[in-house]
Amino acid sequence: MSTTARVADDVGNFLDERVGASKGVKFLFRKIFPDHWSFMLGEVALYSFIILLLTGVFLTFFYVPSVGRTTYDGVYTPLAGQTVSEAYASTLRLSFDVRGGMLMRQIHHWSALIFVAAITVHMFRVFFTGAFRKPRELNWVIGTILALLAIVEGFAGYSLPDDLLSGTGLRIASSIILAVPVVGSYLSFFTFGGQFPGEAFIPRLYTVHVLVLPGIFLALITAHLILLVVQKHTQYPGPGRTNQNVVGYPLYPVYTAKAGGFFFIVFGVTALMGALFTINPVWMYGSYDPSPVTAGSQPDWYMGWLDGAVRLTPGLFEFTALGFTFSFNIIIPAMIVPGLITMAMLFYPWIEQWATGDRREHHLLDRPRNAPTRTGLGVMSITFYLLLLISGGNDIIASQLHLSINDITNTLRLLGLVLPPVAFVVTKRICLGLQRKDREKVLHGRETGTIYRTETGEFFEVHAPMDDVSRWKLVGYEPIRPLEPLPAYDEHGVRRHGSRLDGLRRRISRFYFEDRVEPVTPAELDAAHEEHEALPAHEEEERGAVTASTSTPVGGD
Amino acid sequence: MSGHTPAPQSAPGREVVPADADRLLPERFENPGLPVHHARMGDTDPKAAKRAERQVATLFGISALGTLITLVVYFAVKFDTPMSFAEYMTRLRISTEGLGMGLFLALFGIGAGAVHWAKTLMPDEERVEERHLLRGSDADRDAAVTILKEGAAESGLGRRPLIRNSLIGALVLVPLPAVVLLRDLGPLPGDDLSTTMWTAGTRILTDPQGRPIKPADMQIGSIVHIVPEGLDKVPDYLEQKAKAAAILLRLDPADLDPKSQPGAYEGIVAYSKICTHMGCPVALYEQQTHHLLCPCHQSTFDVTQDCKVIFGPAKRPLPQLAITVDADGYLVAKHGFTQAVGPSFWERG
Amino acid sequence: MTALAARRRHPLAGVVLVIVGLVATGVLYAALAPGRAGAAEDPASDIEAGRALFLANCATCHGMDAAGRNNAPSLIGVGAASVDFQVGTGRMPLQATGPQAPQTQVRFSDDEIRQLAAYVASLGPGPGIPSAEEVDPATGDPSRGAAIFRTNCAMCHNFAGKGGALTRGKYAPNLDGTSPTHIFEAMLTGPQSMPVFDNGTMTPQDKRDIIAYLTTTSKQPSPGGFSLGFVGPVNEGLVAWIVALAALIGCAVWLGSKSS
Repeated sequence: MSTTARVADDVGNFLDERVGASKGVKFLFRKIFPDHWSFMLGEVALYSFIILLLTGVFLTFFYVPSVGRTTYDGVYTPLAGQTVSEAYASTLRLSFDVRGGMLMRQIHHWSALIFVAAITVHMFRVFFTGAFRKPRELNWVIGTILALLAIVEGFAGYSLPDDLLSGTGLRIASSIILAVPVVGSYLSFFTFGGQFPGEAFIPRLYTVHVLVLPGIFLALITAHLILLVVQKHTQYPGPGRTNQNVVGYPLYPVYTAKAGGFFFIVFGVTALMGALFTINPVWMYGSYDPSPVTAGSQPDWYMGWLDGAVRLTPGLFEFTALGFTFSFNIIIPAMIVPGLITMAMLFYPWIEQWATGDRREHHLLDRPRNAPTRTGLGVMSITFYLLLLISGGNDIIASQLHLSINDITNTLRLLGLVLPPVAFVVTKRICLGLQRKDREKVLHGRETGTIYRTETGEFFEVHAPMDDVSRWKLVGYEPIRPLEPLPAYDEHGVRRHGSRLDGLRRRISRFYFEDRVEPVTPAELDAAHEEHEALPAHEEEERGAVTASTSTPVGGD
Repeated sequence: MSGHTPAPQSAPGREVVPADADRLLPERFENPGLPVHHARMGDTDPKAAKRAERQVATLFGISALGTLITLVVYFAVKFDTPMSFAEYMTRLRISTEGLGMGLFLALFGIGAGAVHWAKTLMPDEERVEERHLLRGSDADRDAAVTILKEGAAESGLGRRPLIRNSLIGALVLVPLPAVVLLRDLGPLPGDDLSTTMWTAGTRILTDPQGRPIKPADMQIGSIVHIVPEGLDKVPDYLEQKAKAAAILLRLDPADLDPKSQPGAYEGIVAYSKICTHMGCPVALYEQQTHHLLCPCHQSTFDVTQDCKVIFGPAKRPLPQLAITVDADGYLVAKHGFTQAVGPSFWERG
Repeated sequence: MTALAARRRHPLAGVVLVIVGLVATGVLYAALAPGRAGAAEDPASDIEAGRALFLANCATCHGMDAAGRNNAPSLIGVGAASVDFQVGTGRMPLQATGPQAPQTQVRFSDDEIRQLAAYVASLGPGPGIPSAEEVDPATGDPSRGAAIFRTNCAMCHNFAGKGGALTRGKYAPNLDGTSPTHIFEAMLTGPQSMPVFDNGTMTPQDKRDIIAYLTTTSKQPSPGGFSLGFVGPVNEGLVAWIVALAALIGCAVWLGSKSS
């Protein structure tokens, strides 16, 4: 036995006799994970979080969470002699005087932007493929909470350097708190320890940023991953992939190498960002002072949609009644809209489940085109979100493109109401169109590019029939049809529990599944083949795919 | 009805799928099973495998080189000798870029090497693992219910309502100290949101230079950012400045709204600079249109209409600070603001 | 490093600089006082040549008597500084009507601009063109200038002088490449939407401090790598998505693809 093997043996024995490691290895190491690039998006977020922890710890060694006044005497001469806060001075010190400090701060900030961006696209993937369906609703909820907390955590980090941009952002935050009905001013005074900006807030925010939120993150991410292992990963539909299996590669060694390697790739790319691109040049902004402000006062991108919503809401929503101020110009965009969006996100899995009436486990993902209404809703939401995000940068767009900021704002107000429904309809139509194309392909085969000329001078292209494996991708989904609730009263005239909502449920179900294109059945394919033999090629194009139109008879009612 | 497949009209006028007795077709296609695995070059050609091995090793070698670069840059770029500001900034940039690119190579090399290794040399035949329903078997579930029922019975919670109710009462009360203990997070607002440092006779100083201003110092079309005298002496400097910051503008007196005339002095008017929307400094003054724009959310105020809102999310006009001159001829506040400055709050009314 | 900082930031260094600066400015200001009466010092030939240029290039809008017509303002009393700024930065003669006059190709020689300025200055007293010493960045304190800039300029021109949006298509221009003289003149005369920053409330020394700050930062290498334009978090967000996330997704696609 070689030395290495003996050492491995001893270590293994040591661990097994104390923690029963062999059972863990048996359970975990050969677990199968399916391979797809879109399954790595969540990992980008996870690894960004680890990078944030590592670089963040470095920053805490030098950052001073205090707004005590001090005179700046560091190397950045354009600030020499100015009265600044300790927090700001220490941010400059760690950027200019600590070797590698500038790089670490920039990696930390880039990583924060990438973190939230990766969470966002990960959520898109989960949503559009239906990965949130039973049994994964809880993980969707955890993920949603993580996404929201990531925004809060990012904003906290953005606010800590106590530069002009940080302070302007905090002033806006304090104004949102002030706008809370009845208790707003009390909440604001408790949060800031008195009047804005106060001396209490930066130290408090620091604790939240480096302790409270990262702690919650660690707990929720752990739960997220445990559920992932317990429930096993979803997989895309395909030959050999069923709802009862998972096809892919084992955790050890393939995924250890791939996922472990991917951590280094993410860290490397983030380091390159920090090396090449300046982010948040705090030295240019100066220490926070409530009197100055800069053109283009923006939050980081993930807060942009909220800022955009605030920009679009006209002032007429504020009014005074009974001697009290109702700031609906702030309450609507900063509380009601985000609140509703959060609720919609949290409860979406159950909304869809209610519409399908489907209580089975789903481990096979949907191709987005095969869930046209869901995909349409998703694109509609993203459109709305993007318009808000664009509004958050309306001044930058105006100054870079030399447009009128008033025109941009008014246009976005209009588009915010009009474009999302349009996006829904268009996306749904595109999905249905793609499904029809899939049907065509299955029924008439794949175009070979070989053109024949008949003796009468007509041309036709030879279509090669699809083999079983490639056909499966196009036909292997379940058509979902609108629900038809049972009669509200049974034969004894007793009302069925929950039947009062039948009407709503039927409407929602129809909204989802009335328009649909069903997969080709073996019988249809068989019929098409017979036809191929019987008919000249050119007549085939008249045939459309089956679309169950809204006029499809629905029984009952 | 909805449980049936709608009749496919794949060929108008044609009978669809005559039920052929000798050829019963399933309703759905069947999963054809895993496709045949295709071997990679490295699986069949030892040379290709050797090549992949060398590529992986090269990537790991690049990583080692990157680590070396990082260390060299860290020690080679010196900051401890006297140098000009521009030179210092240049070296800082070289250091940041050098360290970062070294780190990139060091990390990316390991990552790319590991992934390449997994892709080219580790087995790439897909494996299948069966899934099992997450729900426990019926026997498990019955056992669980039994345990829960037994435990509940053993605890006696159902039989002893006194214990149950007193426990619930205690649990409801116990978070109270946590709420009460947070009381000292901050003082009560009092009238802090409604008052500023400006009072009758407070001299107006330029921000940030701190110089007093005479009317003759300002011509039509000019702006001065102002703070009250004594601001730099108070302990709560930033808190006071966050409320008291204001702007001084000189217009043609004929352009001013009659409402703002009493507080004006020879066409010079002072307005709070704190936006009535979310407290950003409203300081973008267009002297030809007399518009004041807030850079945060684009609320626009018209100085010739007593700073009424003409665009954007703010509702209330900017409060005016009435001004006059003192015995020495310097501009002073005639009296403090007559209303709360800055963003709205519930009790503002 | 700290030794360097200490040496450059010797307490006396600042004092000496300020004293030198103050003395120099005082002397120069007394000697060269850009004058409200400065017009009289210009040779009559300049005024005459300027008048000819004015009639040929400006009178269509501003009127034969320069008293202004319709939308074109009166030029009586705007001073030589105004002309030097508007014509010297190519904003005038106006090319096309728009929300504001953009900076374009300068269409007159330095001599012609001087002649035009002399003519307009002769119409009525106004601020004169500052001398080179008056706008010398070397006599300004960049740190003090930074503080003044942030309160008085950054809200329109942005924290790094990169410009920003105003209402209805108007904008505060990017200050990169603007000469110290033109910056000084802009503050003094308040061109277009920009308000006036009087010498009474923002002294020539304040203005020189601002110029010194802008000169320092425009020459300063960006210590954190490419600057991304210094327009704030919007560009940073775009780069995070378009560069970083796109690169990472590219890596993920490579990772998920089968090896040949």
